[in-house]
This record gives sequence, structure tokens and C-alpha cells, in this order.
Amino acid sequence: MAGEMSRAMLSVEIRKRFSGNGAAPFILDVRASFASGFTVLFGPSGAGKSTLLDCIAGLQRPDEGEIRLDKEVFFDGARCISLSPQRRELAYVFQSLALFPHLSVEENIRYGLAKLAVAEQHRRVENLVGAFHIGNLLQRRPGELSGGEKQRVALARALVTRPRILLLDEPLTGLDASLRRAIQGDLRAWNAANGIPILYVTHNREEVDAIGEHVLTLADGRVQESGVPRAVLDAPRSVELAQAAGFENVLLAKVVEHRPADGVMRVSLENSACEIEIPLGEAAPGSEVRVAIRAGDILLATEAPHYLSARNVLPGTIESIEARGVLVAIRVRTGASFLVHVTPGAVRSLELAPGQLIWLVIKTHSCHLVR
Amino acid sequence: MNTEAFLLSLRLSATVAVLLQLFALPLAYALAFAKWRGKFLVESVVALPLVLPPTVLGLYALLAMAPRGPLGKLWQSLFGHPLAFTFAGLVIASFFYSLPFAVQPVVASFEALDRRLLDASAVLGASRMRTFFRVILPLAWPGVLTALVLSFAHTLGEFGVVLMVGGNLPGITRTVSIDIYDRVQSLDYAGAQQTALLLLLVCFVVLSIVYGVNRRVWSPWPAR
Repeated sequence: MAGEMSRAMLSVEIRKRFSGNGAAPFILDVRASFASGFTVLFGPSGAGKSTLLDCIAGLQRPDEGEIRLDKEVFFDGARCISLSPQRRELAYVFQSLALFPHLSVEENIRYGLAKLAVAEQHRRVENLVGAFHIGNLLQRRPGELSGGEKQRVALARALVTRPRILLLDEPLTGLDASLRRAIQGDLRAWNAANGIPILYVTHNREEVDAIGEHVLTLADGRVQESGVPRAVLDAPRSVELAQAAGFENVLLAKVVEHRPADGVMRVSLENSACEIEIPLGEAAPGSEVRVAIRAGDILLATEAPHYLSARNVLPGTIESIEARGVLVAIRVRTGASFLVHVTPGAVRSLELAPGQLIWLVIKTHSCHLVR
Repeated sequence: MNTEAFLLSLRLSATVAVLLQLFALPLAYALAFAKWRGKFLVESVVALPLVLPPTVLGLYALLAMAPRGPLGKLWQSLFGHPLAFTFAGLVIASFFYSLPFAVQPVVASFEALDRRLLDASAVLGASRMRTFFRVILPLAWPGVLTALVLSFAHTLGEFGVVLMVGGNLPGITRTVSIDIYDRVQSLDYAGAQQTALLLLLVCFVVLSIVYGVNRRVWSPWPAR
């Protein structure tokens, strides 16, 4: 199958500066290539993800650089070339979806087909409507659709034009996980037949895992890392990324000593006597680093645990307990302050209460060194 | 009641409202969507009639349209007759007098549009023209209707400008407000009241339509 796919490659190398109105200016400075298939653009809000998509679509103009689809130049700052959005023949699903509220679903989907013969328009709409399960919605207005239906219609409107690139800006935000998976499945099936570069913006960690063949992380207008999702997001190397990737605990730490024989180094947390072991990394003893730990990766014990493989057992007191739906967020002070996620059942069976003495258990490899 | 004056006023108002809207749509597009230097100057000029006494506007209109004025000369050379004290002269003066009422509601409704809809249209391959007629106009029509009705009603009620440039020629430039003024001058209070009441009713109905369709009528230039 791979051989039949078009091998279109989108190359982007752009800079765009936004004056900050007194604050520091924001600079988007991206150099990246996107092969056919899904690339997830991941990063905290304000990282420049949407701006990057706008530049690729021709809705914003970079200050300098080049955007090419294979040999076709979309934008070339040096030669003053900038194709209009109309001529780039790509599709873009905005976060707001931007369905035309005064047109029916069918009119929305056919909007981008105006240049085709009516018979061909109908044929294409019918094909896609089947694949995206929206056949019964065609005569409705967007205002009468549910969130998931709107998202399907917006995708159909984009794909029916047979775009050469697909830009998706958090198209499935706000959907529950099962609906999201269903739509992702439809998208994947569509792309198996079409094989174009798909840039998929999200800051939902689950979506990255579900959809990403390749992930590109952006922070502060720059590409941070690029690779397969597990490698990039399970070992984030910057604080912003760690926070965006769902590491609730990002702690200031000072390297105390290296223990190469054990493959670890000891660090002290937040200028306190509290020390933990983390995997040996590139940080000299005495240097300041940050350590990221997921709240869900920390175990709680009401008595001092023995006979554990986990190297980090820290006594502390519970500062606060806050129920958040299916999980409970517990803040524990040990010298440093940790956020721990447990289930409501665990709180009941351990009879956890504020002020209580508690032990934190953290595996060495749950601790990630970040920049 | 002077039916002739009333019909003349209706004809004048309708002509001005339609001409103004043809002019206001592209101007409002440029003011709402394009970035250019000096935009604020154009906005100021458009808003001027809101604050300028009609007599001042009328005076300048009269000077321009007089046989030796620039507009008067041009008109004379094009059509072979003078412009001042004609229906056409009245239309031109009223055009400027009602300009803000034709432009501002349209700009406000254009600026209230979700820009992403216009982006979506462009990405889907639609030209600016197609975007205008398929997306902008259908979604902004309450603003356009407001502009049409307000410029119509405002022209219907004008007095000072007509007095300055129109004179008082029955059937040509004697509009309903001039007629009322004349009747009061000649102590015909009953006739003045009849006409005034009808004008009052027409204006009330027209404004009710506008407010019924769209609440944000008197919005000033929207913040950017």
C-alpha cells in the first residue's frame, strides 16, 4: 500500500515576528518537514501551533522563509512569492470549525466544490457522507447539530475537496473519548486511501497516543522535539512540554551526587533536605535542574513501606484533598510539595485526611529530568 | 395635506437610501476588513454629518453646486443645466447628510462576523467576491437592512440641508419637512399637524422594523 501512496512532502522553514505591545515579542521560528500521514503538533497553548497552520494555509504571511509542497512553492520570502489560500488547494479545519451557519450541511460540504459539475459534486458528497455517517443530517443547519456531528461535517467539508494537505486544529476537542476514537478511525481510514500530509494540532495527551505516527512538539514558537509520541512525550525535555504532556509535578532540584554504578543520581528538591534518586542524566553535581513526575505515578502508603523495588520513599503530611470527578488530587508536603492522583476508593480505604502522616513511593524511572 | 411634498420626500429618501447602500457596501468592506493607513480619516469624514449642523453641510453643498462651484460646473458641462435647486442636487446633498447612517451599521455588522468563516471560505477556494455574496452579505443582512432603513428615515426627516440647497420649488425640491415649515409660517397649523402626524407615524413604523430586526442600531464605531 505504501508504494501506491503519493509521496508528497511539505517542507516549512519560516520566521514570523509578532510585536508584543510592550511585552517580549513572540517569534515563530519553525523548520520542519511533514511526510504523508499524521503528524501531531503538540505543545502548550501559545506555542504557535495555530499560527504555523495559518502560515501554511496562507491566512498569515511569514516574515521570511519558504513553504513548499514537493517542488511547488507556496511561499518564498526572498522571491516575494505567496500563493493565496485559494490556490494552495489544501483543507483546514479550525478549532471553531467555522461551519457557515446560514447554509445547510449539504451546502456547507459542497461549498468548496463550486467549480465542479453538479453531478460530480453530488457524487463526491455522497461518497464522503457515507464514510462520515452524516447522511441523515444533510438538510439541517449547523445550529441544529450536536458537537460531534458538527465536527464530522467540518471534516467532510474539508476532505470533499480532495486537498493536498490537511490541517486540523484541535478538531475533536470537547468530544468524549469514544466519539473521538470513532472519528479518528474514520479519518485514518480516509487517509489510508489518500496519503497526504496531515498536521493535527492537539494538546490532549490521549489524542497524541491515539493518532500520532509522528509527533512534533512546539514551545514558545520553536520546534522542541520530533519523533514517535512515546519517545517524545514520555520523556519531555522542557518544563513547558512536561506541563503540557501532563506532568503535574515539575520540581526544582539540585544534583547532589552521581552514582554511575547504580545508573542514578541523587537530587535534593526545592532547596530542602528532601532527596530522591532519578535516572542518571547530563547534569553535573551541584547544577540546578528540574524533575517532572506524573501525579498518577506516585504511590501513597499509610505506613512506612519495606521490601520495595522503588528507591524513593518519602515521609510527608497531607495538606489538602480535592475530589476531581473520577480522581482525587492530594497535595503532600515532604519538604517539597507533591501532587498525587489516586482514586476516590483509595481515599476511602486508606481513610486519608488532611494533616495525616503519609509515605510517598516514587519509582526512579518515573522521575524525568527536564530542561 | 400636501401629497405632492410627501411623495417627493419618499422618492428622495428611497433614491438616496439605495444609492448610499451601493456606495456604503464596498466602503464598509474596506473599513471593516482591510488594513490601511489613513482609515481613521475616512471614518471621521463619514461620521462628520453626525456632528455638523445641517446648515453648515448645506452651505458647503450649495457652494459646491452653485453654477460656479466645482460640482455645479461639472454638472453643467455634463448635462447642460445647473445643479443647484434641482432634485439631483437634493439627492447629492442628502447623500452626504445621511452617509454615516448608511455606513456605520454595515461596518458594525461586518466587524461582528466571525473572521474564521471568511478564512474557511478562502481555504475552500472561494474568491473574495464569492465570499462576499455567499458568506458576508447573508450573515450581515440585518446590518444592511438597518442601514437602508435608517438612511431612508434620516433623509425623510432632513430640513436644514434641503432648505440650503433645495430652495422651495413645489414638486421639485419642496419636501415634506419644508412643507410643514411653510404651513406654520403661514399659520396653517391644521395642515402642518396633519403632515407632521403622518411623518411621525412613518418614522415610527420604520424604526420599529429596524429595532425588531436588530437591537444594535445606534452603535458607534466598534472597538478594535
